[in-house]
Amino acid sequence: MSDVRPRIRLPRSANAGDVIEVKTLISHNMETGLRRDGSGNEIPRQIINRFTCEYAGKLVLDVTMEPAISANPYMEFDVKVDESADFVFTWYDDDGSVYSETQSFEVS
Amino acid sequence: MKTMTKLWATAAICGAVLSSTAFADPHPDAELIIEGELHIATRAEPPEHLGGVFPEIYSGWLFRTDETRALQMDDFDNPGLLFAERGEDRWELAEGTANQSCADCHGDVESMAGVRAVMPKVNENGELWSLQNYINNCRTERMGADAWGWNSEPMKDVTSLISLQSRGMPVAVKIDGEAAEFWEKGREMYYTRFGQLELSCANCHEDNWGRMIRADHLSQGMSNGFPTYRLKNATIVPLHQRFRGCIRDTRGESFAEGAQEFRELELYVSSRGLGLPIEGISVRQ
Amino acid sequence: MLTRRDTMAMGLGVAAVAMVPGAAIASAVDDAISAFTGGASVTDGGVTIDAPEIAENGNTVPIAIEAPGATEILLLAAGNPTPGVAKFGFGEGAATSRAATRIRLGGTQDVVAIAKMADGSFARGAVEVKVTIGGCGG
Repeated sequence: MSDVRPRIRLPRSANAGDVIEVKTLISHNMETGLRRDGSGNEIPRQIINRFTCEYAGKLVLDVTMEPAISANPYMEFDVKVDESADFVFTWYDDDGSVYSETQSFEVS
Repeated sequence: MKTMTKLWATAAICGAVLSSTAFADPHPDAELIIEGELHIATRAEPPEHLGGVFPEIYSGWLFRTDETRALQMDDFDNPGLLFAERGEDRWELAEGTANQSCADCHGDVESMAGVRAVMPKVNENGELWSLQNYINNCRTERMGADAWGWNSEPMKDVTSLISLQSRGMPVAVKIDGEAAEFWEKGREMYYTRFGQLELSCANCHEDNWGRMIRADHLSQGMSNGFPTYRLKNATIVPLHQRFRGCIRDTRGESFAEGAQEFRELELYVSSRGLGLPIEGISVRQ
Repeated sequence: MLTRRDTMAMGLGVAAVAMVPGAAIASAVDDAISAFTGGASVTDGGVTIDAPEIAENGNTVPIAIEAPGATEILLLAAGNPTPGVAKFGFGEGAATSRAATRIRLGGTQDVVAIAKMADGSFARGAVEVKVTIGGCGG
């Protein structure tokens, strides 16, 4: 079971043309690379370094992240939803892993 | 809020450990409403056994800043819910030589409603067990799987999930009958001074709650919010880990998580919060 | 000398703030800004930063930034060992140039946001966040 898990919150409903607030969270330690373990060895940096969100094929947000982003990175932003379409959320890990989540959103 | 912030700032500048002049009240008027629906009481009449040491008992939530309190009022903003969500997967995961999952015996996790509220509890062999002991007993005896470490990720996930099922239910630990001797021992420990600083639980959380210590706000030390997502650790902190931290801060040698002493203390501390609802998974600083 | 406060800052994973000379911090912030603006001038105002006046714990500080009309916002923590926090790029699907996140601050310091506007100009906002480094460990 992967310990990295995304969470997405979209409003329950919206009308076409509304601006909605999107919240995302992903479980991740965001190891800064600045800490040392009990034996004094540096713990290598491993963070989510980039997050993107697309809606209806259009880029909404592209965030470059540094170790100063807190563990379990949280992002909140606004999207205008003109039509029913897919949200695609993508997180890029230092270790090369890419976590992606797609959610359909219906507007009335 | 502004006034309160300033008051805190002043108290922090005074900087004194247990300074009698740096008194700052909690936020007694704040109301904990989760997702705009679930009202969780954060104040209650103290249980009789406390003999009037508190005028009223307060959740630790009331001692936190606006920002920290807000995190617990929204299940999306509360990072502790991530752990419970992972716990849902673990609940369904068949493991061990018996190839059984939690769900195979217990069904839907909602069947766990009320379980967290009565922990720790005397088992059928007369031992006082915490929730973690019951979980590990299922794993080793019924599933044929390895026990989880007290502070391990899977244990945090599943205890968070189980605790969530009791959210809003009042603390209901049993302190009489077979539990009485454990409760007495826990009570004795609560009032025993530990470490080079010679501090008991009561010195901070009974005698000086509401004052500042180490530039922080001393709560009444209630355990109804555990397991808690702690911003400092950026993870779930189980109650026994919190106990360890407290004893370390007295510059004392701590017991290990899961130790008999900590289970007894857990029972006694829980009983001080009889009347307050389970908040787990709470958010603290 | 390594003080208890430094040790706690390291525990937060944002080590040794006090060991970095002030001038070096200022220059790291200036360098980050220049790299973002290409040396263009930056005007004050037009960028809102919503952050707590006092953060109870520097490891998780909620913060929201907004700069109407911005295509990109660079967020810096001037007192961290390295000032970079994040760079937000707003695409055509974004309804506002606003984002909220949670950041790590190694101590009391200024949080700075530089916004790149659609017309290529740059705007700056800053707030001080006081960070309580203390409390009882868990």
